[in-house]
Amino acid sequence: MTEETLAAPLPRSFSRAALVLILLSLLALISIALFMTLGARGSWSFVLSFRGKKLLGLLLVSYSVAVSTILFQTVTNNRILTPSIMGFDALYVLIKTGVVFFLGVGALVAIDSQMQFLVEVLVMVGFSGILFRWLFLGEERSLHLLVLVGIIFGVLFRSLSQLMQRMLDPGAFNVLQDTLFASFATTDPTLLGISCIIVGAVSLVGLKLMHSYDVLSLGRAQAINLGVDYKRTVVIILSMVAVLVSVSTALVGPVTFFGLLVATLAHSLVGNSKHRYVLPAAILLGIIALVGGQTLLERVFAFDTALSIIIEFMGGIVFIALVLRRSAR
Amino acid sequence: MPALILASIVTIILAVVSIFVGVSDVSIASLLAGGVDGRAMEVLLISRIPRTLALILAGASMAIAGLVMQMVVRNRFVEPSTTGTSESAALGFLVVTILAPGWPLMAKMGVAALFALGGTALFLRILRVVPLRDVLMVPLVGIMLGGIIGALTAFVAYRANLMASLLAWNMGDFSGIIRGRYELLWIGLACCAIAYIAADRFTVAGMGKDFTTNLGLNYQRVMVLGLVIVSLVSAVVLVSVGSIPFLGLIVPNLVSLMIGDNMRRTVPWVAIGGAGMVLACDIVGRLIRFPYEIPIAVVMGVVGSALFLYLLLRTPRGAT
Repeated sequence: MTEETLAAPLPRSFSRAALVLILLSLLALISIALFMTLGARGSWSFVLSFRGKKLLGLLLVSYSVAVSTILFQTVTNNRILTPSIMGFDALYVLIKTGVVFFLGVGALVAIDSQMQFLVEVLVMVGFSGILFRWLFLGEERSLHLLVLVGIIFGVLFRSLSQLMQRMLDPGAFNVLQDTLFASFATTDPTLLGISCIIVGAVSLVGLKLMHSYDVLSLGRAQAINLGVDYKRTVVIILSMVAVLVSVSTALVGPVTFFGLLVATLAHSLVGNSKHRYVLPAAILLGIIALVGGQTLLERVFAFDTALSIIIEFMGGIVFIALVLRRSAR
Repeated sequence: MPALILASIVTIILAVVSIFVGVSDVSIASLLAGGVDGRAMEVLLISRIPRTLALILAGASMAIAGLVMQMVVRNRFVEPSTTGTSESAALGFLVVTILAPGWPLMAKMGVAALFALGGTALFLRILRVVPLRDVLMVPLVGIMLGGIIGALTAFVAYRANLMASLLAWNMGDFSGIIRGRYELLWIGLACCAIAYIAADRFTVAGMGKDFTTNLGLNYQRVMVLGLVIVSLVSAVVLVSVGSIPFLGLIVPNLVSLMIGDNMRRTVPWVAIGGAGMVLACDIVGRLIRFPYEIPIAVVMGVVGSALFLYLLLRTPRGAT
């Protein structure tokens, strides 16, 4: 209801947003089609199922990263932050390393990988819960402190993992390395099913809250004025963000700036900040960047694993540009 | 003053311990038994003493570089690794390694220092347009800039098949230090001396541009001197041992907590503290999995990030 009265946008921006979405959908579909078919040799049934799994992994990651970044930016009312700067990737590595270090390689092999994944997601959600709660207990200005603390926690986790990895014997270290080296090119197929379920569940919750996103992005005071149960909504959204970030980290490892890139592009392409346009746009952009980029690099340039480096670089530049532009105003 | 002497004595004890820790047997007894030409004496002269000297020099100069940086940027939470300076130096070293592999180490270091200077200048340039209402925004921007330069470096190294070398530079490690491999670090000591001589200027510059100009000092010149010191030290340490995270951040902050911000007084403390910290971390790294070694960057990463978190979280609300 409040949303209706707030939203009296120009018809022009409606059509522009719709046009952008249609264009992006087309591009995304083309990327997917090319990814599945380009350079395929041999039996189609094998190629399709093999690439289908890879594609599903990439789609899940695009979706999780895009949605989590947009929602995180909405809640923190800040277009510069992404949740993955907060040390999630490093925590994931630390948990894995800790298991091998304290329980031995046997544990990594013996425990069902889906079970492991669930536990990792829970630990990561717990960690982010502590950090986020601390943010929202304090005042809004402590945001930078939170991010800095997040980054430093990342360094601490990484250093601790390195310390433990150095103390492992070479055999165990090799097994561990194999499980840690995830990239866009190789997602773990055993985790796809459970990831789909988790992401689906989160999306259902997210859909129910859809009406409050636009109001939340007006800022804390405005949102409360407009009748949103601020604390409760924010806690739910942040848990969703934590789960989504965990899923993408477990599937492909660290991607610090990917979300930032996608979210920024989505905002500037759509031309308004209504979530029902920005969210799908960001997801589609994520798919185009990951699936299209992977196809281009693999099939055209034969580059293989450098996609993450390129995305990180571009995302980093976008970050600096954002900081500069915001302060120029 | 007595406290400073006490700190020096602790550091000297650490240095002595550092000399006698290791796989090869070096002890007073073996030194006496072997005489001047014995094996123990050889190990002592070629490996142990250079290593300990390198630790002291690198520790002291990195800590001073952090202190100078904090004065110049006027922010407690910066040091070469949170401003993109170290990453820029690594990029420079990588570029010169690819383009001119035959150059002497000294020339390569010069290029690395120039890149470090450029990276730091870029950082300051960005800061000038960023509103500095929030102290924590400064290290954030610096870390991001470092991330971008790091990604660029990784990409170049990846294309040139130098990923392994890059990893080695990014991980500070003293295990490769022998006679002939550490002497560049004396340049770091020279920088420390200059920083000490110019300490009063940096203290004044730390009060801001207008204040400095009012006192008749050339603000720009002090800034440039500071940046040159920081870049040179970063490059020297990177080329000799690799990067040591957080050192320049932790030591000056701890010292300033104890005795305040007058740089003339803090410089000796910071230098001794830096040397002591590096010595202690290196000894831990050597003993924790004896006879194997854990690089100092790893130990320092754990200790440094934990201490940094402490510093961030204990900061009173008004300062954030």
